[in-house]
Formats: sequence, structure tokens, C-alpha cells
Amino acid sequence: MIAAIQRPPVDWFAISPSLVLLGVAGLCLMIAVLVPRAARRATAAVATAGGFAGALVAAILLYDRTPVGTGVIADSVRRDRYFALAAIILAAIGLVAVLVSYTEHRHGHVAEYYALLAAAAGGMMFLAQANSLLTLFLGLEWFSISLYILCAVDYGRERSLEAGLKYLVVGGFGSAVLLFGSALVYGATGRLTFDGIAQAATAGALQHDALLLTGLAMIIVGLGFKASAAPFHMWTPDVYEGAPTSVTAFMSAATKVAALLLTFRILVTAFPQEHDLWTVAIAVIAVCSLVLGNFAALVQKNLKRLLAYSSISNAGFMLIAVSANSALGGRALLYYLIPYGAASIGAFAVVAARERELARDVSIDDLAGMGWERPLLGAAMWTFMLSFAGLPPTGGFLGKFYVFSAAYDHGWLWLVIVGVLATAVSLYYYLNVIRALYLRPSAELQFAAGGQPPREWLLQAGTVACVAVVVGSFFAAQPLIDLAQKAIGTL
Amino acid sequence: MTAHGWITTTMILLPLIAAAAIWILPMPQVWVGPAALLVSLFEIGFWIEALVRYDFDRGGLQEWNHATWVKDLGVSYSVGFYQGFSVWLVGLTTVVMAAAIAYGAWMGRDRPRAYYGLMLFLTGAIVGVFTSQDLLLFYVFWEAMLIPLYVLIGAWGGPGRLGATIKFVIYTMVGSLLMLAAVIVYGLQAGTFSMVTGGTNASDWIFLGFAAAFVVKAPLFPFHGWLPDAYRESPAEVSAVLSGVVSKAAAFGFLRICFSLFPAGVQDFRTPILVLAAIGLIYGSLLAFRAPDIRGVIAYSSLAQLGLVVLGLFASNSLGIDGAVLQMVNHGLISAVLFMLAGAVERRAATGRFESLGGMAKGRPALATVLMATGVIALAVPGSTAFAGEFAILAGVFRQGWFYAAVGAVAIVLAAMYVLRMISAILHSRKGTAVHDAALDLRPAELAILVPLIAILLFLSAWPAAITDRVLS
Repeated sequence: MIAAIQRPPVDWFAISPSLVLLGVAGLCLMIAVLVPRAARRATAAVATAGGFAGALVAAILLYDRTPVGTGVIADSVRRDRYFALAAIILAAIGLVAVLVSYTEHRHGHVAEYYALLAAAAGGMMFLAQANSLLTLFLGLEWFSISLYILCAVDYGRERSLEAGLKYLVVGGFGSAVLLFGSALVYGATGRLTFDGIAQAATAGALQHDALLLTGLAMIIVGLGFKASAAPFHMWTPDVYEGAPTSVTAFMSAATKVAALLLTFRILVTAFPQEHDLWTVAIAVIAVCSLVLGNFAALVQKNLKRLLAYSSISNAGFMLIAVSANSALGGRALLYYLIPYGAASIGAFAVVAARERELARDVSIDDLAGMGWERPLLGAAMWTFMLSFAGLPPTGGFLGKFYVFSAAYDHGWLWLVIVGVLATAVSLYYYLNVIRALYLRPSAELQFAAGGQPPREWLLQAGTVACVAVVVGSFFAAQPLIDLAQKAIGTL
Repeated sequence: MTAHGWITTTMILLPLIAAAAIWILPMPQVWVGPAALLVSLFEIGFWIEALVRYDFDRGGLQEWNHATWVKDLGVSYSVGFYQGFSVWLVGLTTVVMAAAIAYGAWMGRDRPRAYYGLMLFLTGAIVGVFTSQDLLLFYVFWEAMLIPLYVLIGAWGGPGRLGATIKFVIYTMVGSLLMLAAVIVYGLQAGTFSMVTGGTNASDWIFLGFAAAFVVKAPLFPFHGWLPDAYRESPAEVSAVLSGVVSKAAAFGFLRICFSLFPAGVQDFRTPILVLAAIGLIYGSLLAFRAPDIRGVIAYSSLAQLGLVVLGLFASNSLGIDGAVLQMVNHGLISAVLFMLAGAVERRAATGRFESLGGMAKGRPALATVLMATGVIALAVPGSTAFAGEFAILAGVFRQGWFYAAVGAVAIVLAAMYVLRMISAILHSRKGTAVHDAALDLRPAELAILVPLIAILLFLSAWPAAITDRVLS
């Protein structure tokens, strides 16, 4: 007689956002074979949008009904407002991603595309609530594998294939490092859950234990790969450039949210006793990202590559918030992610629109005169660049202000200075984009767009929503900060 | 939000909302200019109401409007008129912006919706700078000024506009980011970003952070590298705003922020700043005398005049400050008129270079009269308002050291030289190659824009005490 395996009670509600998206992913795979080709795109898109809306509702309900954070399902995942807020952001990003993707030209595998999109978002949400090294790795691989395929989904294009392969190899390496690190941490503490690790480390007087520290360092490196922080960023520009733009849009915004929020969670809950070391390590990674991202972005011609380096530098800013190791830092991180996510997906959406119009890769020169010809998209891109550059009236400004405040509050004035200098450098290339949009005549374009541009109502609606978030988060900062504050309180 | 003080918020929001409306609402293109002008005239109306309401004897902060913005860091939306000088500077802003918008409408800028929207947005941002009582809010408005200026210069400017915008933005952003760092450090140390309740701070570094932004924006020698390009390549009315109003934001920053929050920093750095201002005064005047074109003269005279204003401010006595505020208003109006006249001349001769100009007075009495009248006030002829302002500044700074007053006196002589040189190069001497007999005199519309500004200058010449008695309570 085999003893029955003890099954822990399952709080289905706590994992409902991921489950909804997983269900929709399955549904989309069915659509891929059951629905006739003509209706496939619309059906799959509507189903996915419905899935993201459902996940959004579930996440909002979770936020509302979880005043106190608890570990559920044998402590392997957390049910808290921190995760719920992450899921809200991710679901909103997913919704916009569907809008951006809909009119993208693709010969086959339309439904599978949406299935992977939903699956990736579900994995990210699961990662954001991971509370043990096992669920952490599960969530990480879940969304990473979905993204590897998404990057290569246009397998007729060599660049897309290259992007997928590169991401797979480098991402796989990152995952392996993270897994190795997890094993070392487990070896040192004998525990898998985050709070268990902290308890065991304190009880066993494992502070500055070599095994534990090596494990911690490898976990940070692994997460650094996912967050595309320098010096673990090498894949980012190539993958962002090669992947289909709608995928890049989703990936740049959502991966950062999931990876950085998890980084903050694991460092604060599992390794509080090592804070004197990891705060410095994260600060160093942040400085590397700021320096490298900004200086490399200065020389980019291709717009997607430029935005890729910009995302590296933004990862640097957010890591400053993580390195502050405080509630203020957590609030800064959560707040920063909201306008950043919106500006990031919005900016790639504009790039996608321009790509479809010109039918080629978009360089900065290709934006010449766009602000006047496409006033809506131009103004939106302008807003996103201002937000990235940290200029009012955008949420990016308050986000940077918050991040700097957190660093100063931690006593690291030097980090504030580095951040300010990095901002000064970044202005050059962000303003370069605005310059192309408005100050250069479209006559500069070698191949001007012919005829009517494609009508992109859905994409434009998504872009407008992003603008609303970017500008709205500036004026209505306090409600968002209250949300973030409550979220951090349940960590 | 407190109910009274609505007028301050209205003066900030009205142009911003009007800008958004112009961008978003469909409207026939010919209506846009008049609509924007109407809004800017309403703005003047609100300012007159604020002027009537402001109790100059009581001074201090009035028409205060306050609401919490970011609670945990102590950031608030807090606006109001602090001391008489902010009333005068807001007035200068509304008048010059209205004139500039009217001038733009007369010139007929293309892409009118974008253009007038940006001009109105700029108006709201500048009024915000002059009225914000919270450092972060001040910073927000300060940066918000830069965004429309960048596009206004870059999209409607002259042939060298791209280089000019890059220089302009890089110079000013480096200064203002240092200010941001200083704002953060000040605010987190004080626990609030409010200028009203924040209290003083003795740190020299924080003072220098703010000073960095102000010396670039003013500009003070040797931080003026962006100035000649930006003033030359902008559309004439944008140059008028840049030199007439935006440069005053820097002087205002010294007066409102540095003097009240960082008295120790002001004390420690008084001598270096006075020396830079004095050098800028002489250097700017000399360059203005050598400049080959109209805008060059006005641009470098701006550098000189701002040096003079800063001399007055850092005299740190009521005489110097009163004179500096009067001179800010004077210079704002004078340079606005001069830049628009420069635009008018360039439109008729297709160049602003003196070598191809000359002899324009013949057959163009209105142009000659307006330019001569403004020029005479600009060179501070005794009895003019500029004379009153400069005299008060020199008397004030004399108490810091006779040397500065001597430099100022020399600069007044230089001012006479460069203004007269400009007048004679445009109006008199031989008829230039670019001047055609068919080139018209100033049109009634142009006179309608310029004459009110000159009338204000003449009014102030008759009664400079209207301002100097109402600067500080």
C-alpha cells in the first residue's frame, strides 16, 4: 500500500489570474484547429482580450480582498496585494498587447500567437507571486519558454528566428545560473520557501555563509538576465530588434514588471540578513545598466535597438529603487513600473505602426515628419519619450523623483548623482526621437509612405490608453502611491 | 483645496486647458490664432484682477491655493503670489505672451494649431514658475517651459535651428538636473518641499544646485553659450519671449528661492556671482557693440542686462532689489519690442545683417519712431524707466563695493554705444542693398502690438515708483 500523498489545500482564487490566462491559452490552441481560418484571428484575439480582462478583474478582486498577505498552497505561492498589483499591471499590458498585435501581418499561426501571449502573461503573474525557489523557477521558465517561441514566431523572417534562438540560448543560460544558485541556497539552508530561507539563515547563524552567498549571487545574476540589467543585457538589443514588434512591445514592458518585482520580493523576504551585501551588488548593477544603457543608446540608429538600450537604462533606475531596501524603495519601484510599462509598450506600438506603414525596419531617420503626418501617434511618442527622459508632465518624472528620493533616503547621495547624470545623457537620444518627429521634414525620407496609411484603430486606441496612463499617473500620483503602499504592506 | 486663491490656479490652468483644447478640438485654422489671442487677453484681465486684489502693504504670500499632491514625500500643489515682485513678473509674462501671440498671428505661422497650443502651454508654464510655492512644483513648471520652447525653436525657427535647439536643451537641462538633485536633497532633509514652511538650509551644495539652473537660464557669463544661437534662430516672437520673460524666471529663482531658503549660500557666493555678473555686463555690452546683426545686438545686450539685474539682486539691499525688479520688467518689454522689430525688419529686408541694411527711416516714419523711442529707453536716457532701474541698481550695489557700481556705469555708456549703432545701422546711413523702396512701413497691426508695450514703458518712465515701491513689503 502506498501512502497517499498529502495534498495541501489549494486557494484557487489566489492563483486565478494565472489560471484564467492558462485556460485562454488552451482555448486559443483549440481555436487554432477548430475555427475556420477566416475567423481565426478575430476569435483568438477576442478570446485573449477576454482572458486578460478576466485576469484583470480577478487581480483587482484579489487586491481588494487580501488585506493581509499569506502564503498559500503549502507556502509555495503568496497571496498578497503586491502580487495582485503586479497582476493588474501585467493584465493591462497584455490587453494593450492584444490591441497592438491585432493588425500585425502574419501568414499562419495567428491563434497560436495569442495562446503564447496569454501563456507568457500567466507565467509572469505566477512568477510575481512565487514564494519558493521551485515556484520561482517554474514561473520563470513558463513565461521564458513562451517568449522564446513568440520571438521566433515569424519563422519566415531570418531576424525573428535569430532573435528566438539568441534569446533561448542566453535566457537558458540565465535560467541555469538561477537554478544552480537556488540549489546552493537550498543546500545551505535546507529550505525552499522565501521566509523559510530567511528563518533558517537567521537560526543557523548563516550570515555571510559562503554557500548561501554564492547561491544569492547566482540568483541575482539569473534575475539580472531576465530584467536585462547590465552586464547581463547582451541579448536585449538583438532580441528586441529581431522579434516581431508587437512581441517586443509586450516583452519589454511585462518582463521588466515580473522580473523586477520578483527580485525585490526575494531579496527583501528571503535574504534580509544579507542586505548589507546585496544592496551594494544591486546598486553596482544599477550603475552598470545606467552607464551602459545610456551610452550605447546614444549611437543607435535603429529605433527598436534604441528603445532596447533605453529599457536597459530604465532597469538601472528601477534597480536603484530595489537597492534602497526600504518601503519607500518598494513604493518607488511599483510606481515607476506603471508609467514605464505604459510608455514602453506604447512606444513599441508606435514603432509597429510606422513599420507597417513603411514596410521595413524603422530607424530614427524614418520618423522624420511623422509628428505632423500622424498627429496622434506623434504626440503619443512624444509623451512616451518625455516619460522615459523623466520630464514633466509624465509619470516618468515622478517615478525618477521617487527613485532618487529612495536612494537619498537610504543614504546614497552618490547614486542620486549617477542617476541624474545618466538622465542628462539620456536626454540626448530621447530628444533625438522628438527631433525626428517634429523638427525634420518628411521630405528627408527616401521612400515616403505611399497612399493612405493602414487604419489602425485598435493600435491607436491602445496607444491613447498608454498616454492616458503616462500622463494620468503624473497628476493622480497619490492614489497610485496609496495602492503601492498597501501592496508593500502585505509583502 | 482651499477655495480662495482661485485666481492663481485659474491663471495657470486657463492657458493650459486652452492649449489642450486647441490641440484636440477640431477648429478651422483661421480661428486658432484669434482664439489663442483672446485667451491671452483674458489672461491679462485675470492678472489685472490679481493686481487689484494683491495687498502690497501686507506683502507676503497672497492668493494662496494649496492641495496635497504626493503625501509621503511632502509634495504639494501650492501656488500663490509671493511678494510684489511675483505680481509684476506674472504681469510681464501675460503682456509679453499676448503680444507674442498677436505677433505670431500677424506673421501667420504655419501649423497654427500646434503653434498656438505651444505658445499657450508656455504661458501657463511661465505663470506657474512665477507662482509656485513648492519646490518640486517649481521644478515641474521650470521643465515644462523647456518642452514648448524646444519645439517652437526647432519647428518654426531659422535654418540653423537644429543646432540651436540641441545647445539650448543641453545647457539648460544640465543646469536643471543639478537643481533636481538639490530639490530632492532639500526636500527630504526638510521633510517638505514647500517654500513656505520648508525653512532655510545652510548647505552650500544645495544652493549651488539651484544656482546652476539659474545661471544657465539667465544666462550669466560664462554659461551663455546657447544664447546667441537660440536668439538668432528662433522665430522673432519666440526670441522676444525667451529674452523678455524666460530669462526673468532665472532672476526670479534667485530672488524667490535662493534668497529666502539659502541665505548662507547667498552670503558665501555673493562675491563670485557679483563678479560673474559684472564680467557678463561688460562682455555682453562689448559683444553687442561688435555684433553683425540686429538679433546679435539684442541677444548680447540681454546677457548684459541680466548681468545688471543679478548685480542688483545680489546687492541684497532693498534699493538694489527694487531696481532689479523694475529693470526686469523694463528689459522684458524692451527686448520684446526690439525682437519683434527685428522680425519686422527681417521680413522686409530678408536679412538682419547690418551690412545690407540702412536708410530704412526714409519713407517709414512709424518704424523709425517706434525703433527710436524704444532704443532711447533701452540706452537708459535720464528720465526713462530704464534709467530709474539702472540707477537704483547701481546705488544699491555701490554698498557692496564701489567697483561694481563703476562697472555698471561703464556699461551704461556701452549700452548707449551699441543701441545707437544698431539704430543708425538700420534707420540711417546709406541705403542698404537689401532695403527695397517697396518695403512697407510698419503696418497698423504691427503698431497695435508694439505701441501698447511702448506705452507701458512710457508710463513706467513717468512713474517708476509704481513698481519700485511695491516689490518687497
